[in-house]
Amino acid sequence: MSEGDEVIVSAAESSAPALSAERLSKRFGDRMAFDDVSFAVGHGEVFGFLGPNGAGKTTIVRTLGTLIAPTAGAATVAGIPLTPENGVAIRRRIAIMPESPGLYLRLSVTENLECFADLYEVPDATARIDRALRAVNLLDRAHDTCGSLSKGFRQRVALARALISDPQVLFLDEPTAGLDPAATRDVHELIDGLRRRGVTVFLTTHRLEEAERLCDRVVILNTTLRAIGRPSELREQLFARTLEVRTRAVLPEPGAVFAGLPAVEGWLQDGPATYVLTVADPTVAAPAVTRALVAAGADVLSIAEARHSLQDVYLELVDEDRGVGR
Amino acid sequence: MMSLSRRRVGAILRKELREYRRSRSIVPTMGAVPLLFVLVPLIESTTQTASTLRQYPLLLYLLGVPAIVPVVLAGYAVAGERQQGTLEPVLTTPIRSQELVLAKTLAALVPSLAISYAWYGVVAAGVALLARPGVPSALLRAPEVVALLLFTPLLASWSIWIGIAISSRLNDARAAQQLGSLASLPTIAVTILIVAASSRPRSPSSSPSPCCSWTGSAGGS
Repeated sequence: MSEGDEVIVSAAESSAPALSAERLSKRFGDRMAFDDVSFAVGHGEVFGFLGPNGAGKTTIVRTLGTLIAPTAGAATVAGIPLTPENGVAIRRRIAIMPESPGLYLRLSVTENLECFADLYEVPDATARIDRALRAVNLLDRAHDTCGSLSKGFRQRVALARALISDPQVLFLDEPTAGLDPAATRDVHELIDGLRRRGVTVFLTTHRLEEAERLCDRVVILNTTLRAIGRPSELREQLFARTLEVRTRAVLPEPGAVFAGLPAVEGWLQDGPATYVLTVADPTVAAPAVTRALVAAGADVLSIAEARHSLQDVYLELVDEDRGVGR
Repeated sequence: MMSLSRRRVGAILRKELREYRRSRSIVPTMGAVPLLFVLVPLIESTTQTASTLRQYPLLLYLLGVPAIVPVVLAGYAVAGERQQGTLEPVLTTPIRSQELVLAKTLAALVPSLAISYAWYGVVAAGVALLARPGVPSALLRAPEVVALLLFTPLLASWSIWIGIAISSRLNDARAAQQLGSLASLPTIAVTILIVAASSRPRSPSSSPSPCCSWTGSAGGS
């Protein structure tokens, strides 16, 4: 590493977030890949990037990975300002697992990893390769040529390749695409392990349940940034909290039961004997609703808070965009 | 001043050479492409007399070999990797573009030189075995052999440089190889012109140039 690299890093790493973007945009000719995107990712955070096809997720990864230059805005990666002269210093501290594994198919798994260990100039390459292969459960296929591996195994080799350099920031672009459930679980456990080790993970995925399970915070991107926050925060931002009440028989006067309760902000019937109540705080409202129903002589089958998934949040935002023709 | 990493250059160089070795098509194609340039001196050495051959730098025709051989590899160097999706993972590592180009150049240069010098050996052996007495010493003259050995790396490097420049601007390896072949034609033409220009008889009584007679018969048939 050159002396210049060291100066840039030591000045920047002390206080900067692991990853940040400030009004970042990228345009290809007339087409805007992503526009006015701002976020900051803390050290050791697993940060999810969600969005429909063509939303700009991969372009953001390529931009932050120094493969393409942004059209406007600023960013820091691994605490280093994203500028052309900092490209090498940034790439020393990050690793990217692209959507397509991009392996040398005539070379063995170990030869592929050796090549990248040398490109990163890692010390004790043999031990690192061994550790990376162990992490993705591929030790027994180490000497197979990559061309002979299935898609799932190739994906694992690509993941091992991304781990070789012990990156501070790891970009994973659809890491579980094409993997079977067991391999997907292994990858999830691996990401959990990286989080515990303080590695910042930038994860793009179409699997919303994966984002919900793994990510501390998520971004929903559709060319522009549509939402950012913890999955639970996004649910609360987008959806009112509701209680779903089921009774054995239809209530003769539901308005008389629900309308008088201070904890209930509104209600609607959602089936023959099912009612959805909008509430401010389900823990306060549920006991009050139960008492009112019992007092009205209703047989209560269930009272439960309606849970909105990240998928509901995602679809709500993407459908909104479709509605406005974005 | 920017320093290049020998380890990174070595990583790409080793990877490229391993890939060439394991490819079923690259090395045979590289070996077969220069056949035309090899056949000319071989045929001439069996049909011409020693006194005729002594007047012409026929051996320099072989310089077409290092001009054409690297095109196959150089054309593939960047466009091929881009096509296979293997370029992007490499570009996300700390490798500098200068290191990548140097490694790719060396990786194309090493087999190109090996193949070129191997073909020179074949020609020398063929002349020694098949030519009439006196012809080998007339054909394999020290100045031309030295010129051949010295100019081979230069011509190969030039072809590789052109090939990589074309390859880095295209997404299709085959198109890059075809354009690279076209781009190497001027180099080959200059080589042939140099040989032809040097082939003027040194005395009025000398017989016609074997090079010209070959090109004449090729053009006339």
